[in-house]
Amino acid sequence: MRQPDGTSTLLTTRVDAMLGWVRKNSLWPLPFGTACCAIEFMSVVSSHYDLSRFGAEVVRFSPRQSDLMIVAGTITDKMAPVVKRIYEQMAEPKYVISMGACACTGGFYRAYHVVQGVDEFVPVDVYVPGCPPTPEALMHGIIKLQEMIQNGETHNDRLKSARTDRAATSG
Amino acid sequence: MTVSSPHAPTEQLPLAELLPDGAVASFDRSKDGHTVVIVDRSHLLEVLRRFKDDPRLGCDLLADLCAVDYPDRESRFEVVYHLASLENGHRFRIRVPVEESDPVVPSAYGVWKAADWFEREAYDLMGIKFDGHPNLKRILTHEAFQGHPLRKDYDPGQRWLLTEAETMVPAWATETGKLDDHLESQVLNIGPSHPATHGTLRTVARLDGELIVKAECEIGYLHRCFEKMSETHGWNEVISYTDRLNYCSSHINGAGFALAVEKMLGIEAPPRAQAVHVILSELSRVMDHAVCLGAMLVDVGALTNFWYFFQPREEIYGLLESCAGGRLTVSYARIGGLAHDVPADFVERVRFLLGYIPKFIDDVEALITSNKIFRDRTEGVGMISAEEAVGWGWTGPCLRASGVAYDVRKEFPYHGYDQYDFDVPVATGGDTYARYLVRIEEMRQSLRIVRQALDNLPDGPVITDNHYVALPPKDKVFTEMESMIWHFKLIYDGIKVPPGDAYSAVEGGNGELGYYLVSDGGGKPYRVKVRPPCFAIYQAFPHMLEGHLVSDAIAIQSSLNIIAGELDR
Repeated sequence: MRQPDGTSTLLTTRVDAMLGWVRKNSLWPLPFGTACCAIEFMSVVSSHYDLSRFGAEVVRFSPRQSDLMIVAGTITDKMAPVVKRIYEQMAEPKYVISMGACACTGGFYRAYHVVQGVDEFVPVDVYVPGCPPTPEALMHGIIKLQEMIQNGETHNDRLKSARTDRAATSG
Repeated sequence: MTVSSPHAPTEQLPLAELLPDGAVASFDRSKDGHTVVIVDRSHLLEVLRRFKDDPRLGCDLLADLCAVDYPDRESRFEVVYHLASLENGHRFRIRVPVEESDPVVPSAYGVWKAADWFEREAYDLMGIKFDGHPNLKRILTHEAFQGHPLRKDYDPGQRWLLTEAETMVPAWATETGKLDDHLESQVLNIGPSHPATHGTLRTVARLDGELIVKAECEIGYLHRCFEKMSETHGWNEVISYTDRLNYCSSHINGAGFALAVEKMLGIEAPPRAQAVHVILSELSRVMDHAVCLGAMLVDVGALTNFWYFFQPREEIYGLLESCAGGRLTVSYARIGGLAHDVPADFVERVRFLLGYIPKFIDDVEALITSNKIFRDRTEGVGMISAEEAVGWGWTGPCLRASGVAYDVRKEFPYHGYDQYDFDVPVATGGDTYARYLVRIEEMRQSLRIVRQALDNLPDGPVITDNHYVALPPKDKVFTEMESMIWHFKLIYDGIKVPPGDAYSAVEGGNGELGYYLVSDGGGKPYRVKVRPPCFAIYQAFPHMLEGHLVSDAIAIQSSLNIIAGELDR
């Protein structure tokens, strides 16, 4: 690392910490927006709240190009296979934020066609409560996820270490 | 097509003479003042045709169609048709009793195309079969679903899981279509997860090159059981569900539902509450149109306008938050008025908005209205004639873009809309561009109404003093015995709405937002049926696509303003 006086110094770190730092500041969200929460998500990316301040404004609708799925809105049984397929199509490392009461628990739709929480079939890293959550709440959720990525606490990290452990014991 | 104004009463009509002999079992008048005709199903088609074709009746709009389950009655089901005549201003309700052992009625699709999806919905949710319907299959629930959830004996929590292998593919999409010797047509699936389908809409189209030859829509990806949930909650609690129908203009939904229940109770909200309803509803309409146009312009490649429209929306959100505590889903309306009074700086804040919003509308107009790229993409695209649009059951800005000046606020005024001076903008093109123009002008008219309502904002209470409906003020509950008893009674029993049914409509962001309510006298609604304006509009969409390019399909869809919460409920 070059110093202002022209000399060079070394900065030591762990590869994981470096990768975490890079990843957390360049999240590309895929908004899986179905309902009211999607409208609030639009507010979050719009000029007033401006999600780009947290390095997460590059919204992509293709699962191949994104690493953060934000499930914003009610997921019904009819939609469930679609969410699952989209999640599977995302490349690792991938993270999931469940935005709003419906995505977290089904909300007040305890009903015959509504999934009672998206964690029935995809692993969720951060749950953001609210109906819909305020933009501040979603931004809090994203900052929380960034901390988890930095500290290696996401579902993806746990999965990875489980794989390494398995490889170590079997090998 | 001319639209009569104001609403003409139906009492004077010699209905017994006008309708076929022996077809009508009985006449009735409901609380909402609509004439109810009870018909045996063997005469149903004949009666429906007469209602449409006789010029003295002239019911060109099938506003709604639904089924109600009465397990205790001799004939378990009842199919209810809501007819409207735009020209004569009449409203009729036709009820047809249907036996459980043979739940079949003739399809009205041949009379009004609007019956298409409404009949499929009644089949899906209530299990009524419509004889002669071209495509009678499930619409809102999924393919693996068993049973009919709106029947009273269906457990609201009973779910059925769907696997990916079972998802819908239309039969025609799997056939290989040979166009000529060497070319094969292709099937394209758009949605439900696609940026231009706004999350929950799905269209399957057969293409010849880039031209759409045939299309079919699949909806129900956001069917969250609003109607069943309403039956399990108290009357006032339903308002938090109605807010999530058209979540772009949530206050209109709540105010509309409260109005329908008020009609059944025979009460009225105090003048101040009505004026606040008008102000917030019109600002919600501005937001609704801003989202619609913003999203539409993104879909045709004009992203800047989306940001322009979101700025005033944030300011309106701020106002709603100061009134109700919520930004998007406000739940501010109550049966008989409002949850509580507006904040002290309400007038000041609305005045600020009145000066602030027009600039953004002007900016977008300056960028778009005479923009050649935009006009090339929208003029003559997705044209629909006035007759066709009414036949499909269209209302609201989309119908007005086809030249029919039908607006519930003018035809059947509520909340004192008849006191305000405003125009109903109409365009004649019937295309995507006309729908854009109408929405832009409607935003200006809405602001005009807000200004008048604000200038004459009355003082006084914001909720009725009828304590069968509304709680007494808190300070009285703590100091007066009688108020405490009222409070206790109302909390304990809920609002008791007298038995009967009523249909009441307001002008929602997308058109006529109607509520058909049935009460059995208990503390919960017996049946709540919403007439979602975009449900009727969207059923015409696959037919409009034929002969258009794929890129036109995107422009047409976004100009219709399909809000999934309202479409799928």
